[in-house]
Amino acid sequence: MGKTILTVDDSRTMRDMLRLALSGAGHTVIQADDGVHGVEVLEKAGVVDVIITDINMPRMDGYGFIEHVRRGSANKMTPILVLTTESEPAKKMRARDAGATGWIVKPFDPEKLLAAIRRVSP
Amino acid sequence: MDPMEAIKQTYFQECDELLLAMEEGLIAMESGEADSETINAVFRAVHSIKGGGGAFGFEILVGFSHVFETAMDLVRSGKLDPTPDVVKVLLRAGDKLSDHVTAARNGGSDAVDDAEVKAELAKLTGEDPEDAGAPAPADFEGLAFAPVMIDIGDEEPAAPPCPIWHVRFAPHAGLYAKANEPYLLIRELGMLGPIEVTADLSKLPDLSALEPDQAYFAWNVALKDCPDRTKVEEVFEFVSGDCDLEITEEKVEAAAPAAFAISAPGLPSLDDDDEPAAAPVAEAQPEEKKAAAPAAAQAAPTTVDLIKQTIRVDLDKVDRLVNLVGELVITQAMLSQRILDSVQQGQTVSAGLGELEHLLRELQEAVMAIRTQPVKSVFQRMPRLVRETAAQTGKEVRLEIEGETTEVDKTVIERLGEPLTHMIRNAVDHGLETPAERVAAGKPAEGTVKLSAEHRGGRIIIEVADDGRGINRSKVREKAIERGLISPNANLSDEEIDNLIFLPGFSTAATVSNISGRGVGLDVVRRNIMDLGGRITIGSANGKGSKFSLTLPLTLAVLDGMIVAVGEQTFVLPLSHIIESLLPKSADVKAFGSNGMLLNVRGVYVPLVSVGRLLRVPGAKYDLANSVVILVESEGVGRMALAVDAIVGQRQVVIKSFESNIGHIDGIAAATILGDGRVALILDIDGLVAGCREGTGGRPTEYQQALGA
Amino acid sequence: MSSNENDTAQERRQYITFLATGQEFAADIMTIREIRGWTDTTALPHVPDYVRGVINLRGMVLPVIDLKARLGLGMTEATVKHVIIVVNSGDRTIGLLVDAVSDILTVSRQEIQSVPDVMRETQNDYVEGIAVLDGRMITLLSMTKLTSSFSGADDMFVENAA
Repeated sequence: MGKTILTVDDSRTMRDMLRLALSGAGHTVIQADDGVHGVEVLEKAGVVDVIITDINMPRMDGYGFIEHVRRGSANKMTPILVLTTESEPAKKMRARDAGATGWIVKPFDPEKLLAAIRRVSP
Repeated sequence: MDPMEAIKQTYFQECDELLLAMEEGLIAMESGEADSETINAVFRAVHSIKGGGGAFGFEILVGFSHVFETAMDLVRSGKLDPTPDVVKVLLRAGDKLSDHVTAARNGGSDAVDDAEVKAELAKLTGEDPEDAGAPAPADFEGLAFAPVMIDIGDEEPAAPPCPIWHVRFAPHAGLYAKANEPYLLIRELGMLGPIEVTADLSKLPDLSALEPDQAYFAWNVALKDCPDRTKVEEVFEFVSGDCDLEITEEKVEAAAPAAFAISAPGLPSLDDDDEPAAAPVAEAQPEEKKAAAPAAAQAAPTTVDLIKQTIRVDLDKVDRLVNLVGELVITQAMLSQRILDSVQQGQTVSAGLGELEHLLRELQEAVMAIRTQPVKSVFQRMPRLVRETAAQTGKEVRLEIEGETTEVDKTVIERLGEPLTHMIRNAVDHGLETPAERVAAGKPAEGTVKLSAEHRGGRIIIEVADDGRGINRSKVREKAIERGLISPNANLSDEEIDNLIFLPGFSTAATVSNISGRGVGLDVVRRNIMDLGGRITIGSANGKGSKFSLTLPLTLAVLDGMIVAVGEQTFVLPLSHIIESLLPKSADVKAFGSNGMLLNVRGVYVPLVSVGRLLRVPGAKYDLANSVVILVESEGVGRMALAVDAIVGQRQVVIKSFESNIGHIDGIAAATILGDGRVALILDIDGLVAGCREGTGGRPTEYQQALGA
Repeated sequence: MSSNENDTAQERRQYITFLATGQEFAADIMTIREIRGWTDTTALPHVPDYVRGVINLRGMVLPVIDLKARLGLGMTEATVKHVIIVVNSGDRTIGLLVDAVSDILTVSRQEIQSVPDVMRETQNDYVEGIAVLDGRMITLLSMTKLTSSFSGADDMFVENAA
């Protein structure tokens, strides 16, 4: 059962990897390059099943993006997973405070990614 | 292609872009112009290189970028002041990172010696360089997650008896606000082993007092057959802090386990409501049911690739477009010639043709523009080059770059790197003095090299200027005489002396250094530039510096040419090699040697060659005195005069290579197609000159003649 | 090709036959891109006589080889009746000047004889074999060999260069 998943990451490499792993598992993948772009894309795409976002991005970073989504967009209740190489508790806490549902530590393998999605989306 | 292999390609492409962005940012930091976004961009570049590198298992690359990233993170967060010394270390780290990427791209065979830079970075961050040097720091492997987050259905029957885990789980409102979902967590628990779930609804208030965004439920879950407490804890990893969680262990005797009934007694059936408090449903086989969201999501198109501002186009496709438009231009020219030939009263026709011509020219320009790129990609390699050359030669150098957004054809850009590298090295190595010499001469110890690009008259002008000592003309002259390149009594202008350094084998350095030396001289630079249809000159002021000026065509697909007639054929001479055309008097033509000819051009004797005779053109006249003479400049021999029957005109022609079909022919660079549909050959001046050299004797004499002995 | 083990005796191929110097030649139809009438060429310097020059084939600069001269039998007096066979083999495209195109033939492997040793060496290089059909003797030319002989242009041209 495929979900519609938005990935937000400024790295083309990471976007490609996410697309490969997610569409391989039967999900529909929508992609954005940074927080601002992510907001624009969500406005067009409507409610998605899961959002996966990077933290360090130009224009609007992951924290800003999550806050924006949680602050009252159509995706206010959409699970958001934060994708980052930074595993320090401080960064996770900050993402959580912004409203992140969970996180995935890079480098990830597809199984890890899909398990995290399963944990936040039916 | 294997999808991962394709992504790896993307990764390296992206690395190139990131490395450029990083260097650009670091240079801005060096000059003190960096704002926080610039510093952030540098951090992100290093961070992204590390992130992708981790995915492909480039451990050494990841190890180094981690140290670098840590330092950048300190700068970014204001904990480390980007003083000039700090930025110097960061710049060197940038160079090393670039080396690491190259090494990873080449399969990691060439080891990069980064110990020194790493130690300096560690000094900045206060990290232990040994720790920092570890290829895979602890926080990459297994920190937040155990290698496998959840074992699905991994029910090991044997082993010691598992305890029963009693989990009391009471979400706070914040858990729902972050879109976490108790039902999913309980489902996860169910994947660890058989569970028995009871909902605790005791906190549920009266409907009138119910706040939709508050949390009222709690659950007690008993989990069997899960040996590992951490697995249970992991399930709640995302929500710790947003719930009350108690996990207690009940030891079980090895005896047969009791069957677990799973039920959710007393849970109100409110699962269609999308209020968070109402969502949880725990069942043995959870129904696959989406929350309210998907309906809307499915209404949206399934593939939503939105808002792309750039496209990546296969160069072959663009080339095909360029060729097609070129042909269109030819067809148009052919058409107009035929119509004008056959229709006398072609007034209206010719007006229409004029418009077509105008349109086509515009189309051609637009298509060519697809291929153009800013020179930035080449210019950006220069700061590192300057740093390294400065370090090798013990000089202090500041590089100023201007006009890096100037656009030029991709092929030109690709072939610009080598000559530019050489000129920059030359400027630092030979042009600039040592700091001590500079101070003695009353100049600042730090020398300046300025690299600039601009469009001028349909060509691109690139200049490399230094504020060094300038060309020592008497030394150059001495050397040229010593090498037999000019005669001792040759009367040369300053400009002519300066340009002697482009002659083959000329080197002004007292000792050939391994910086600019390397077995190739400026003659090679000049050859490269002329191969691109460009010219290079040097200007110099004693004690004040030198300046190389390079003019290049904006594209290699077309050429500005002079169309000439020889016998039955038409040839094209590249305008970049032409100095002037003249109608010589027969008294100016002198026989020389066995069958050579010299032409007196205002007192200077220049070898005179008949193109018709040289190329054995059918129907060519050999009457040199009545020919039109075109004075050309060749890199090898200097000036020479080419005799042709007539000049037809000047035109931009589309270059058509035929080498793939017939191989290289001396004296012919390529072909083009003229307005009448016939093929005309584009002459290769250097090749022509080389071809007739055999007939007219030794080089030195020719140099002397050419340069005005 | 004659030594290709994968060829079976029954394998049949189509050939285009053409005339030059009164002899009948054939080339594998797969190597022929098009056939067009003779047009005046632009002569190239420093090339052997059999390279007649280049023509414009819809924007491509196509070298034209005089087959008769290539086989060492003298230059063709080209007229409007002559044809240029555009041959595409490997990366190379060339035009082959011949007198006329005559036929399309299907020839099986077993109908092809190997080249008699007594034939002139210059011809021998490009000859794949000989087919005898209805009493006609047809020389099968290898277009790959014929076109690739222009690849080493440098050394080839040296002999005739000025």
